[in-house]
Amino acid sequence: MSEHETVIGLEVHAQLLTRSKMFCGCAATFGGPPNAQTCPVCQGMPGVLPVINRRAVEFAVRTARALHCRINAHCRFARKHYFYPDMPKNYQISQYEEPLGEDGWLELEADGTTRRIGIQRLHLEEDVGKLTHEGGVFETANASLVDFNRSGVPLMEIVSRPDLRSPAEAAECLRQLRTILRYLAVCDGNMEEGSLRCDANISLRAPGSDELGTKVEIKNMNSFRHVRAALEYEAERQARALGRGERLVQETRLWNPDKGQTLSMRSKEFAHDYRYFPEPDLVPLRPEAAWVREIDAGLPELPRARRRRLAEQYRLSAYDADLLASDRALADYYEEAVRAHPNPKALANWVMSELLRELHGDPAAADRAPIRPGHLARLVALVDDGTISGKIAKEVFERMARSGEDPDAIVRREGLTQVADEAAIGRVVDEVIAANPGAVADYRKGKKQSVAFLVGQVMKATQGKANPQLVNRLLAERLPPV
Amino acid sequence: MPAAWTSLTIHESLDALRSGAVTASALVEAYLARIAALDPTLSAFLTVTVDAARAQAAAVDERIRRGEALRPLEGMPLAVKDVLCTHGVRTTCGSKVLGNFVPPYDATAVVRLVALGAIVLGKTNMDEFAMGSSTENSGFFPTRNPWALDRVPGGSSGGSAAAVAADLAVAGLGTDTGGSVRQPAALCGVVGLRPTYGRVSRYGLIAFASSLDQIGTLTKDVHDAALLLEAIAGHDPMDSTSADQPVPDYRAALGQGARGLTLGIPDEYFVAGLDPEVEGAVRDAIAVLERLGARTRRLSLPHTDYGVAAYYIIAPAEASSNLARYDGVKYGPRAAGAKDVVTMTARTRAEGFGPEVKRRIMLGTYALSAGYYEAYYGRAQRVRTLIRRDFDRAFAEVDAIVAPTAPTPAFKLGEKTDDPLAMYLNDVFTIPQPLAGVPAISLPCGFSAAGLPIGLQLIGRPFDETTLFRVAAAYEAATDWRSRRPGLGGLS
Amino acid sequence: MSPEEPRITREEVEHVARLARLELSPAEKERMRIQLDGILGYIEKLREVDVTGVEPTTHVIPLVNVMREDEVRPSYPVDAMLANAPEPEGDCFRVPKILEE
Repeated sequence: MSEHETVIGLEVHAQLLTRSKMFCGCAATFGGPPNAQTCPVCQGMPGVLPVINRRAVEFAVRTARALHCRINAHCRFARKHYFYPDMPKNYQISQYEEPLGEDGWLELEADGTTRRIGIQRLHLEEDVGKLTHEGGVFETANASLVDFNRSGVPLMEIVSRPDLRSPAEAAECLRQLRTILRYLAVCDGNMEEGSLRCDANISLRAPGSDELGTKVEIKNMNSFRHVRAALEYEAERQARALGRGERLVQETRLWNPDKGQTLSMRSKEFAHDYRYFPEPDLVPLRPEAAWVREIDAGLPELPRARRRRLAEQYRLSAYDADLLASDRALADYYEEAVRAHPNPKALANWVMSELLRELHGDPAAADRAPIRPGHLARLVALVDDGTISGKIAKEVFERMARSGEDPDAIVRREGLTQVADEAAIGRVVDEVIAANPGAVADYRKGKKQSVAFLVGQVMKATQGKANPQLVNRLLAERLPPV
Repeated sequence: MPAAWTSLTIHESLDALRSGAVTASALVEAYLARIAALDPTLSAFLTVTVDAARAQAAAVDERIRRGEALRPLEGMPLAVKDVLCTHGVRTTCGSKVLGNFVPPYDATAVVRLVALGAIVLGKTNMDEFAMGSSTENSGFFPTRNPWALDRVPGGSSGGSAAAVAADLAVAGLGTDTGGSVRQPAALCGVVGLRPTYGRVSRYGLIAFASSLDQIGTLTKDVHDAALLLEAIAGHDPMDSTSADQPVPDYRAALGQGARGLTLGIPDEYFVAGLDPEVEGAVRDAIAVLERLGARTRRLSLPHTDYGVAAYYIIAPAEASSNLARYDGVKYGPRAAGAKDVVTMTARTRAEGFGPEVKRRIMLGTYALSAGYYEAYYGRAQRVRTLIRRDFDRAFAEVDAIVAPTAPTPAFKLGEKTDDPLAMYLNDVFTIPQPLAGVPAISLPCGFSAAGLPIGLQLIGRPFDETTLFRVAAAYEAATDWRSRRPGLGGLS
Repeated sequence: MSPEEPRITREEVEHVARLARLELSPAEKERMRIQLDGILGYIEKLREVDVTGVEPTTHVIPLVNVMREDEVRPSYPVDAMLANAPEPEGDCFRVPKILEE
């Protein structure tokens, strides 16, 4: 099977986080009752005209610059024609010959190496409406319903060069692109909700060849996992076909996750002829150099740079820095916590384990975490200054996650303050030694586990509040010698 | 006398209103009565908004009674071409495909007029989707020329032009893409202005060819054209192609005279195919302008002859795109019996569009289709650049250009409907200006022996409607074509 | 008006009619073919013009960078948006079977 080289390119559509739509003032938010977020413009009524949303252009320039694209001095919108019920005008305002950005790249980091994946172009366009099919299934529906709420929402299309060489790499590239988009705060990257969509082109060729084989477009991949699975299936399918001496057809195939296969779309009599021409209702954009420089200067620290700085500044391992920087929300959370209480190592552990678990493993959810960074920092501070033990801290954490209270309040109310009073602990240690002659005898015989048992008994007697180091020291001092 | 009110211009009517000689209600009633009497024959209107007009007139009279200041168009009853969206009033664009479409919004130009006190009497007939030069392509019925009922009023704004010529409205709005305001103005003996592209907002103007369409005025005299343009011109944030240029005081130009101006006479507009009577009337008009102190000189606009060919690629291409939205999904009637959406759309469009619209959609789709774009649309847009340059060069030498508006006076109904190309060639003198984006005005300059109006066209620099008003007003004041009224076939 | 080689064939007319979603009867297709052929013949005039080095005119007005601020404005009421619908269903537009995605 590896007698072929796999060649993959990605085409990504990202819904932009603007307040209003691309060409009209309707709200660009998700959800809402059908056709309640529309106006004559985004419904394509007779006589209406589009007006460009400045922030959408800014977001696109920001993204293009983060991907090292050249911003074209002169760019245009174009009409892309096809008839479909979710298209209010039966043309989509998009960009064709003079897109916003071109010739950039994404630094793909994988397996300790970095490779440049070319970004061919980046452009703006408008989203289409939403169809629901009567009976729920497209193939058997006799009618469909159209909701234009989504029509006109700004989309950014990013097209990579066919520089990816494996399905795993393609999925990873998509993941890293998503991270960048979230870092830039231009898109929330939610594939399940459709704010980030990915199609791929895949072909095979003889290793070392420069020519591209017959490419197949794959659609309907709704997660990173599906992207990888679909492309793996397709690469396999193409390899088998070529192995049998079959000629591959340039076509579009849909990924069917239930069947685990890509399936050819119903054959069409003719391919789309989009009949592009420059949009006459919109005048050209000439992004001013000063504006682009301003945007360059305002770019936030991007994932790669952030990973490096976290590792360096907080002396974290590459693995830890990777995880903490995997989403801007998590990285911001972490740094805010460290600023509040400078114990980067402990906080890194708390964030990567307890907090991430609380977020169901989704680093992006850190901006909605049930525990504020400042509170987590305070919790660590309480452990560091001996007020509570690490074990108790975990309980306090649970309570903080449920109630949103700050740790001091919880510790105070539940009397969880660690007991470090030598006299008090000493008395308990003596009592435990006296009450457990069997264990003591075992200890004298050399059974080390008995110490753990006795420590446990002390902790039990103190409702876990005894300072563990103190307990160990006192036991060691007061147990009869071996 | 009530009948006489309808023969007044806007400025004359405003004077009468101000002086109390007439009430707004009386004025509206006079026009409504005339519409009731004459429109069954002329068929200029598709919709007459009788109740709304009466209610608005009553409101105006109430304002006057309370002593409130009169707005610039207070109480003026206007006809609006049915290509402009009017909130709550059926808007058809002359086409069955829109059915009983009632827009939930007004075109910006209509908003501005109504804000200044104007009253919309109704929506006028037109060639379907503004495609035509005779109003015979209306999806409903043709309009008749008030000067000769067996002749066309011109198109596509034939309804508005006929309405103004027959005093069924004090003035009207039309639209001009390849001459659709100026040519009907010439054929109906009224003043028709096409402003510079971008001078008037296109929001609410149902698009035919986006890079060429402009709203224009149809009026009884030049003064009214200046008044109306002042009312509707100016930047609109809803139209990205509307100019951010200040609107001058156009009326100030009206008394300035033609002395000292240089007028160009383009060789290419005086060629075979130009009716000798039209040529005679236009040359007489040039002589009048010379007597008024304008200097004249011949010049060449060498690419004139390619205008029609370029236009009949560009306009249909843009139209095929703009008309794609008429698919039976969201508005308009839907063809019955189709089991799938593709059939439904194809049938809805086939049933709703007339033959000329279908022809242009086909032509435009073809011109944009894969493999043909550069040969047709691309090339036509380059020729367009050359036509623009012709005007740029000309305006370095002259202040305005004088020419005929239409090659012949009004032709007979049915005379050119069999040959689309023959119909297209009617637009030869009015197509280059939209291609170049420059303004132009047509005003009466005589009559044929058969008593049909002839129009004189003045073409100006971009955003220099002022010079056009200046020259037009001077010519109008020195002549008296307005005193001759249409025969209306013996009616009225 | 009947050149030896037609500028537009019957197949092309059918193809364009499909692209443009226009259902034409056979008679209409033939009429259309003849008329378009004639018009395209006239359009060929444009080939006489030397357009080397001439930029196309997309806009006759020299405006650039016309944009609006990212502000939400009230949407239209759903009733107003559905008032002209040929087949409203609930608050949506109903369409017959879609054959292709």
